[in-house]
Amino acid sequence: MIIKRSTLLRNTLRTAAICALSASTLVSAQTLHRGIGGEPGTLDPNHVSGNWEDFVVGDLFMGLVTQDMHGKTIAGMAKDWTISEDGTVYTFNLRKDTGWSDGKAVTAQDFVFGIQRILNPATAAKYAYVLYPILNAEAINKGEQKDLSSLGVKALDEHTLQITLKAQTPYFLDQLTHYTAYPLPQHVVEKYGNSWVKAGKMVSNGAYQLAEWLPQTHIKARKNPAFFDAINVTIDNVTYYPTEDRAAALKRFRAGELDLNYEFPVDQFNWLKKNMAIETRVSPQLGTYYYPLNMRSPKLQDVRVRKALSMAINREIITDKVLKTGEIPAYSFVPPGLGRYKAQELSFKGLPYGTAVKQAQALMEQAGYSKDNPLALQLRYNTHDAHKKIAVAVAAMWKKIYVKTELTNAEVAVHYNELKESNFEVARAGWLADYPDAQNFLSLLEPTPNNYGGYNNAQYNQLMDKAAVTLDPVTRADYMQQAERIAMDEYATIPIYYYVNLNLVSEKVKGWQPNLLDSHRTRWMSLAD
Amino acid sequence: MSGYALRRLLQSIPTLLVVITLSFFLMRLAPGGPFDGERKLPPEIEANLLAAYNMDQPLYLQYFDYLAGLLVGDFGPSFKYKDFSVTELIWSGFPISFELGMWAMLIGLVFGIGFGCYAALRQNTPGDYLVMSTAMAGIAIPNFVMAPILTLVFGVMLGWLPAGGWNDGAWQNKVLPILALALPQIAYIARMTRGSMIEVMGAQFIRTARAKGISERKVVTRHALKSALLPVISYLGPATAGVITGSVVIEQIFGIPGIGRYFVQAALNRDYTLVMGTVVFYGGLIILFNLLVDLIYAWLDPQIRYE
Repeated sequence: MIIKRSTLLRNTLRTAAICALSASTLVSAQTLHRGIGGEPGTLDPNHVSGNWEDFVVGDLFMGLVTQDMHGKTIAGMAKDWTISEDGTVYTFNLRKDTGWSDGKAVTAQDFVFGIQRILNPATAAKYAYVLYPILNAEAINKGEQKDLSSLGVKALDEHTLQITLKAQTPYFLDQLTHYTAYPLPQHVVEKYGNSWVKAGKMVSNGAYQLAEWLPQTHIKARKNPAFFDAINVTIDNVTYYPTEDRAAALKRFRAGELDLNYEFPVDQFNWLKKNMAIETRVSPQLGTYYYPLNMRSPKLQDVRVRKALSMAINREIITDKVLKTGEIPAYSFVPPGLGRYKAQELSFKGLPYGTAVKQAQALMEQAGYSKDNPLALQLRYNTHDAHKKIAVAVAAMWKKIYVKTELTNAEVAVHYNELKESNFEVARAGWLADYPDAQNFLSLLEPTPNNYGGYNNAQYNQLMDKAAVTLDPVTRADYMQQAERIAMDEYATIPIYYYVNLNLVSEKVKGWQPNLLDSHRTRWMSLAD
Repeated sequence: MSGYALRRLLQSIPTLLVVITLSFFLMRLAPGGPFDGERKLPPEIEANLLAAYNMDQPLYLQYFDYLAGLLVGDFGPSFKYKDFSVTELIWSGFPISFELGMWAMLIGLVFGIGFGCYAALRQNTPGDYLVMSTAMAGIAIPNFVMAPILTLVFGVMLGWLPAGGWNDGAWQNKVLPILALALPQIAYIARMTRGSMIEVMGAQFIRTARAKGISERKVVTRHALKSALLPVISYLGPATAGVITGSVVIEQIFGIPGIGRYFVQAALNRDYTLVMGTVVFYGGLIILFNLLVDLIYAWLDPQIRYE
C-alpha cells in the first residue's frame, strides 16, 4: 500500500490535535444543558424528520454546506464549489483537514454512500423526496431504477464530489444544508448495519460525537476532536433533554438545570415577559399557520365565499388576544424575510375590520347566503389548546357573515389522515420551511401531496414551472411572486399568522442568535462564567 | 398450592391471547397510521415504509407474524423510536419505573396502614377527621397538580432537590417523583384500612379476644389487623402492577425515563408494535400480581384454601 507523505503528515497532525484537544478538555470542560422539546425518534440522518431531532443530529453531522449562527448558508464539509453554466452540475472540493470522530478521513465516497442509502427504497426514508432534484434520485427511490450507481452523485476523487441535477434547481445549495444530504461513515454503517447509530458505534463528522443515549432521559455528546474547527468549539459537552412537558422544562430552566430550552408554555408568556424578559426569546420564524380550503367541496368553489371567509377573520385579534406570544398576522402565504422575494398580500389588508366584515357580508349575500340561510361549514383542527382557541374565535367571526361552523377535532394522526383523504371543508394546517426559499411554500399549492385543498390553477402551475428552471434570482422571484399573486387573488387558502420561534436562553449562553430557521448549532455557542 | 399456581398461570395464556388479539385489531381499526404526520408523504415513500414494516401484507398475516415473533420474545421494532426495538425500550425503562413504583407502594403501605389504623382506633375524634380529610385531599388532588407543586416548592423555591431529570439515578432525583407517586397511595390505603378496621373491631372474635383479657395492642396487631388488611391486599395486586409500570404524568413532569409515557404516546403515535409491547407486558404483570394476591390471601386467612 502506498501512502502519500502529505496524507501521512496530515494524519499525524490530526492525531496530535486530537490528543491536545482531549487534554485541554480535561482541564476545564464546559457543558451545555439543552432542552430540545421532544424525544428523538432516531439519530440516523436518513430517518430524522423533526426539528427536535435536528438539534442533535445537526451538532453531530455536517453536510457540504451548513448554517452559521444567523441561519445563513455557509461552506461546511466543502471548502468551495463550482456550478456549471446550465446550473445542473455542482462540483464540490471537500476539506482535507477534517475527519470522522474515529479519526478516519471524510471522503467524497461517504457523501455518495449517504445519498445512495437514503434514496434506496429498502431504507424507507420519509424525507428522501427532498433530494429528488438530483438526477435519477426519484426513479431510484420509486424502485424504477435499480442501479444505485446511476444516481447523479459521483466521487471524482477522494476529495471531489460531483452532483448532477435533472434540471437546474436554484434553491439546491440551501437544500444541501438539510440532514438528508449529510454524509454517512460507510465503514461504520457497513460494519454494524442499522445499529450503527448506537452510542459506542456511531461516528460522526460534525462538531460533536455521540457519547450516550438513555431513552426519555438524555443524550450526551462530546466534542469531536477530528472536526476541522474543533479549536474554536468552546463547549466541550452537550446534554440534550427531551423536554416534552413545557411547564416542567420552565421549572428546570428556572432552577438552573437547563441553559436552553426549545419553546416554553405559552400560557405563562405574560409571567415570563415580566419576570424573565431577557431569557424569553421570541423571534420570527419561516412558517405559516393557515386554513386550507377544500376546493373539491361545492360550497367552496365560489371565490366570493372564499374571499368572505378570509376577510372575516380578524388576524390581529388572533395574534394579540388569543395567542399573545408575538405571532405576526399573516396576509400572504409566503412569510416575509426571504431576501429578494416580496410576499404577495391579500387585497383587503389594511381595511378596517368593521368595513371588511360588511364587505364580506355583501359577498356572502351575493353568493346566496343570509341569516336565515347560513352556510354550514365544517372546520377541522388537531387536538391542541391553541388550535381550539383559534377555531372557536374563527367560528365566532364567521357567524357575522352567515356561516354556521361545526368544529371537529381529532388527534394529530387522525386529523392529517382526514386531510390526506380530502375529508374536510376547512382545516387547520401549518408549514415550517425546510429551506429558506419561497418555492418551499408555493409548492403546497401546486399538484403535490401536501396540497390538501387540491387548489389547481394552470397559470399558477406554469409560472412555478418557469421559476423552477430560471437561474436568474430576480426573474425567478418575479415568476413566483406572480404565482402567489394569482393564489392570493383566488383566495386559494387562508393564511392566519406567521409562526414565531419561542426559546428560553440563559444569560450565560453566548453566541445564540435568533434566526428565521431556528437553527442553533452548539458549535457557535459558549458559556460565560 | 404450587399446583394451583401453575394452573392459574396456564389459564392466563388464553386470557393474554384474547388481550393481544383484541388490542391488535382495535389498534389497526383506529383511523390514522404510524406514518401520518403534518406532512403528507408521496405515495412511493409511503409504499417503501409499508414494505419495510411488513405492513403491505394482509392484516391476518401480520397478526400471525406478530404472534410468531412473540413466541420467541421478539416484540418487533418501534415505529417511532427507530433506533430501538420494543424490547429494548421496555427493558431500559421498566427497572426505573419498577424501582420508583415499589418505593411508592412501600411508603404507601407503611403510612397508609399506619394512618388508617390510627384513624379507625380514634373514630370520630379530631385526629380521625384530620387524617381522613387529609387523605381525601390526597385522593382528590391529581398527580398533574401535585407534581408541579412539589417541583415548584422543593426544586425552584427552596432549591433542596432537583426540579427534574434523572441524573443517572441519583437519590435526590428520586425523592420527589416517589413522593408524588406515594401520596395518592397513602390516601387510598389509609381510607381503605380505616373502613375495614372499624368493621373488624366490631366483630365477635375481637370481642372474644378482649373478653379473654388480651391487651388492646395485641388485639389490634395480632387479631384485627390481619383481617382488616384483606381488602387492602386485593387492592394491592392491580395497584402495584399499575404503579410499577410508571405514570405518564410523573415521568413527563420529572423527566424520568420509565415506561409509563409509552402507554399513552405509543397509542397517539400509532406506534403499533410499542402499543402491543406495552399491552402484553402490562397484561402479563396484572395476571402475575393478581395471582400473588390470591396466594397472600391464603396465607393471611386460613379459611381460604386452594385446591
